[in-house]
Amino acid sequence: MIRLLLAFFALLFAGFLALAEGIAPEKRQSGFDMMSAETQSLQKDDLANPAMLWVKEGERLWNSAPENGERACAACHGDARSTMNGVAARYPAVDRPSGHLLDLDGRILQCRSEHQKAAPWARESRPLLALSAFIGLQSRGEMIAIDEKETKARAAIKRGRDLFSRRFGQLDLACVHCHDDNWGRKLGSATIPQGHPTAYPIYRLEWQGLGSLQRRMRNCMTGVRAEPFPYGAQEWIDLEAFLKARAAGMVIETPGIRP
Amino acid sequence: MAGTLIDVPKTAKRGEIIRLRALVAHPMETGYRREITGAVIPRLIIHTFTCDYDGEEIFRAELFPAMAANPMIAFTTIATKSGPVTFRWIDDAGAIITEKVMLNVTE
Repeated sequence: MIRLLLAFFALLFAGFLALAEGIAPEKRQSGFDMMSAETQSLQKDDLANPAMLWVKEGERLWNSAPENGERACAACHGDARSTMNGVAARYPAVDRPSGHLLDLDGRILQCRSEHQKAAPWARESRPLLALSAFIGLQSRGEMIAIDEKETKARAAIKRGRDLFSRRFGQLDLACVHCHDDNWGRKLGSATIPQGHPTAYPIYRLEWQGLGSLQRRMRNCMTGVRAEPFPYGAQEWIDLEAFLKARAAGMVIETPGIRP
Repeated sequence: MAGTLIDVPKTAKRGEIIRLRALVAHPMETGYRREITGAVIPRLIIHTFTCDYDGEEIFRAELFPAMAANPMIAFTTIATKSGPVTFRWIDDAGAIITEKVMLNVTE
């Protein structure tokens, strides 16, 4: 009997722990909500938001032919305002012909190499960030909705969830320890956000420039003194897929400002 | 990536105080940072910013290494007559970035 009771309490405790994991949907908030009013005002005003410099450059790239004279993005996709509306909100998504799960930057790179036959851009390069910001802007106000019916996406989300709670680095910390359990508290002078990918690529004041979600996550990994995965690694796609599922229904703010 | 974001009203009433804002893409390299090898990254900042309104200089600023990258400068002036507003940034390499917008002043 005692053994049964113990087992019952153990189960109850395990259940409580499971419940304590994650953030309740109504408690979710964007990093924007935790910023100072001054920083928020930078993001709210497109003529003060320095990320709009990249958007402007991205629009130019969208409408102009690559160096090899092949078709411009606009030649196939037309007016991005309508054709790219909502696209960033549902990535990572499966690319039909190859069957690969791609993030938005991966999709841009694939289009560039396959359809434009142009020299590839490096991850985090200026033109890639510019196009990514321009395309991302077309989803501003749209709700994040990754297609969870897709088998590949579901598998990635599951792997991403595992990564999110796996301990890394000399500090032996997992993403959950900060972003699920201690968000809103301070790490040094910085407020720990919940880690929702709502505004990427972001203009981070600390970077004095634009950067991708992968750059931000690499930053976290070096922060816990782990060796970060290389740019474009499957782990990043998996983590992004999980984060997008975790942030489902939240609104895209691209291009965001963060402290 | 030379780029600018300019915020000047298209029209203004004569005598009205208008706000002008000019943001420019620039690394504003301070000259105090080093490469991973220890070599100093040479200073490369915009040192002068000017604004002409209808051919007359109405604003001038001297910039220093403590300015952030992609600096935005905001100031006000009084709309007197229709004419071009020209913004000019000059950096350490001698590069000059100019941007011109038209301001229409109504009675």
